[in-house]
Amino acid sequence: MIPRHQVVLFSVLLVASLVMGVVLWQLRERAHQRMVAGQDSAHTQAPEVAPAEPATLVVANDSDGSLLTQTHSLPLPSDPGARGRAVLGKLLDLYAASGAAHPVPGGASSVTQVFLLPAENLSATASSRKPGLGSDPAATPKAQEDSNGTQDASAAEPTTPQLAVVNLTGAFVASHPSGLEAETLTILSLCGTLHANLPRVTQVRFLVDGVQRPTLAGHADLTRTYLTSDAIPADGGRP
Amino acid sequence: MVALDDARRTLESGPPRKMVLMKRLFVWVFASAIVATLFCPLTVAQSAPPAPQARYIVVLDAAHGGDDQGGQLASGQAEKTATLVLSVKLRSLLSARGFQVVTTRESDATVTSDRRAEIANRTQARACLSLHVSDSGSGVHLFASSLAPASSARFVPWKTAQAAWITRSLALTGALNSSLQQAGIPVTLARTTLPGIDSMTCPAVAIELAPERDASHTVQSAPDDPAYQSRVAEALAAALLVWRTEAQQP
Repeated sequence: MIPRHQVVLFSVLLVASLVMGVVLWQLRERAHQRMVAGQDSAHTQAPEVAPAEPATLVVANDSDGSLLTQTHSLPLPSDPGARGRAVLGKLLDLYAASGAAHPVPGGASSVTQVFLLPAENLSATASSRKPGLGSDPAATPKAQEDSNGTQDASAAEPTTPQLAVVNLTGAFVASHPSGLEAETLTILSLCGTLHANLPRVTQVRFLVDGVQRPTLAGHADLTRTYLTSDAIPADGGRP
Repeated sequence: MVALDDARRTLESGPPRKMVLMKRLFVWVFASAIVATLFCPLTVAQSAPPAPQARYIVVLDAAHGGDDQGGQLASGQAEKTATLVLSVKLRSLLSARGFQVVTTRESDATVTSDRRAEIANRTQARACLSLHVSDSGSGVHLFASSLAPASSARFVPWKTAQAAWITRSLALTGALNSSLQQAGIPVTLARTTLPGIDSMTCPAVAIELAPERDASHTVQSAPDDPAYQSRVAEALAAALLVWRTEAQQP
């Protein structure tokens, strides 16, 4: 037989626990509502209406494994990173269109960010690859840091080679056709397009949802630094 | 008294018969050795058969396997299965032609790219072929590593070990290209970055078998079509025969 005072104590504690759970749930909901309301009322930057400019796209063709340059007119932001994202978005829109010579689903939203950094930390892998990017790490000036502590590559000398870090979405990578040629062409066309529109970009690295991935779709290596000199088409010839 | 008599008899009869035989045998062997030293080089130069060929090892790397399915072909077959079938076919053809074939996998097993390179590097192979199958493109795609050529060294970085072999890999690509073209199979040549290939210390080429298409890009033979795979395997085996012959020429 359980004493009466213990039953009362247990009941009080149980009720108190339930009440606290309900209160916590309500507080969480209120905090969430405040956060959503804050986002809705946050200042958003009005889209800048940039004039249309000719952009060079290095477009892959699966039928003969070639890279061809095409010129398209599209509004390009003045910020180099945003510019890089815009041209890559246009390129991936071409690949996502029906009847594309290099069909890859995803489109422009597959590139979430393009970061530009001074190409000073040449890895051993990159430096041992094909010549053409022979930037001397010692001769590259250090990146200047702004008040936020982020590296501003544009503050470096105009001739400084740059490393572009392209952040792709996981959905794009998951839906990319698997194949040595298909993956190689995608990577080379992205590298070539970046270099064609941002000539200082000489190296490219790829992230997927902000983290490194071993391969694009089981074949092409995404852990290493790619040199844009490998991706420059010569009159529509092979990369 | 009896012992003294035995000793005297032994001294009078000279050395025992065994010792005499051993002396004669020693003289005969010594003389034979001198004769062989003097005359053997001449004999070998005149009439000896050709020296036995050194082991000629080819590594076949059927890509993917186990948990790694690779791509999915239009027929529904996984790439790992199609590469294994192609590897088995090519292995049979090469073995019949006197090659010693080492494969990175013989079943549906997971093999990492580092392990594949390790197998290839331990065998000191004369050719390493990484086999892939895809539905995109047409014909056969031949890929050499995109690493820049580098001089060989005793110790090389694992991820760029192929750099010292790029020249030979490109030459092997040329031999494969010629043979496939002769067989009427369209070929696409390119460079790529493939983790397994980049770590191999042998002439290495990644071969991707794509569908055979006509002028209107209609698929004539799927990459997992047994007859098409056999044609490609025959052409690859013929190329490796040429490769071996060229390597053995002075």
